[in-house]
Amino acid sequence: MNIKHHLDEATLVSYSAGSMSQSMALVVACHISMCPSCRNRVQESEAIGGMLLESLTPESISDDALDQVLACIDNEPDIELEAMVEETNFSQSFKHESIDSDVPKPLADYIGGSLDKVDWKMIVPGVYCHDLPCKSERGGVSRLLKISPGKAMLPHSHDGNELTLILRGSFSDEMGRFTAGDIADLDSEIEHQPLVDSDEDCICLIATDAPLKFSTLLGKIVQPITGF
Amino acid sequence: MENKTPGEDVENIIAMPTKQADPNWSDMLAELAETKSKTIYVQLFRHFAPKIKSYIIRLGLVESTADELMQETMLAVWRKAHMYNRTKAAASTWIFTLARNQSIDWMRKQKYPEYGLEEWHEEPDDEVDHCEQVVTSDRMAKALGKLPEKQSQVLYMSYFEGRSHAEISDRLGIPLGSVKSRIRLASEKLRMLWRDDV
Ligand SMILES: [Zn+2]
Repeated sequence: MNIKHHLDEATLVSYSAGSMSQSMALVVACHISMCPSCRNRVQESEAIGGMLLESLTPESISDDALDQVLACIDNEPDIELEAMVEETNFSQSFKHESIDSDVPKPLADYIGGSLDKVDWKMIVPGVYCHDLPCKSERGGVSRLLKISPGKAMLPHSHDGNELTLILRGSFSDEMGRFTAGDIADLDSEIEHQPLVDSDEDCICLIATDAPLKFSTLLGKIVQPITGF
Repeated sequence: MENKTPGEDVENIIAMPTKQADPNWSDMLAELAETKSKTIYVQLFRHFAPKIKSYIIRLGLVESTADELMQETMLAVWRKAHMYNRTKAAASTWIFTLARNQSIDWMRKQKYPEYGLEEWHEEPDDEVDHCEQVVTSDRMAKALGKLPEKQSQVLYMSYFEGRSHAEISDRLGIPLGSVKSRIRLASEKLRMLWRDDV
C-alpha cells in the first residue's frame, strides 16, 4: 500500500493520550493498522505517556490491593484459555468471519469482514452512508460513506477536526489525490471539495468531533458536478 | 549534600523517572512474560500500581474506582505479558497504554479502538538494542523538562486530564489551531531532543 497522506502529529498525540472521541479514535486506529510509518510514530507518542506515567507522584495503595490481585491470579485458569476469552470479547461476533483486505481490523469489530455486506442508506442518488455505533458523550460521529464516481461534496468547513480515511476508490481535492489507506486529517480552517475520481465507488470512513456540523455537511452532499 | 550532575539544570527537570539504582523494568516485564514469576510480578506491582492509581485519579475518577481500575490494569499486565515486546516499547509505555484503555473502557463503556498489538509480534527488530527504549524514556523525561511551559501544559492536559483539542481550546481560551500547533511543537521537539541526544 502506497500511503501518501498521514496523520497529523497533534492527532497522534491525542489518540495516544486517550483524549480523543471514540469516533475519531476508530478512524485513527484504522489508519495506523494500515500504515507502518504512523505505527512507528504512534509508538513514540505512547512513549510520552509512559514517561509521564513514570513521572507521577505515587498514590498510596492498601496492602489488600496486592493480595487481592494475587488471589485473582492464583485462581486464574490457564493463560491460553484466558487469552482466548479475551480475544472473543474483543472481536465480538465477527471473530470467525474472514476479513477482506480493504477492511482494517478495528473497523471489522463494527461492520464485520466485508464492505460489500454493509447496510447502506441512500442520502441522495449516488451517495450512501452507514452510521457506526460509536457512543460519544463528547459528541462526534463516525460514518462510512460510499460515493459514486464523479460525485463530489460541496466545499465545506467545520468546527472541530475531521478525519477521512479512504478504504476503496479515490478522490481528489485541494490537498491532492487520496487513495486507499490515505487519510485526510483536517482542521476547521481548511475548506475542501472532495471529488471522486476513481472508476469504482469511493468508500471512506469519516469522523468528526463536532456533531452538529457533520449533519450539515451530509446535507450538503450534492448531485453530480457539472461543468467538468 | 545532594549529588547534582554538573551542567544539569535540575530545576527544569521534571521528576527524574529512573534513578540509577532502579531495576530495568522493561527487562523485568520481558522476564515476567517468559517465566510468569510471581516474585517479579510483585516487584512490578509495587513500582507501577501506585503510579497507575495516580494517573487514574488525575483523569478525574474517584479513589475507589481508581483502586479498582488499577487492579484491573495490573491483572492485564499479568494476563497480557506474553504480548509485551521490549524492542517496541518500554515497560512504562506498555503499562501506560493498558491503564489508558482500562480507564477509557470504564468511562465510555466501549472499547477504545486499538490498532492491533499483534503486529508487534510480527516484526522482531533484532537491530534495536534492548536497552534503547529504557534509556529513551529517561532521555525523554529530561527533554520534557526542557519544553516551554505552554507546550508541556497541553501535553499534561491531553495525557493526564484526557482533554480533547476542543476542550483544551475552551479551557485556555485559545483557538483550536493554536492548541494543535502547541502539541505539534511539543511532540516534535521531544522527538528531536530524544534523537539528537544519542
Ligand atoms: Zn500514516
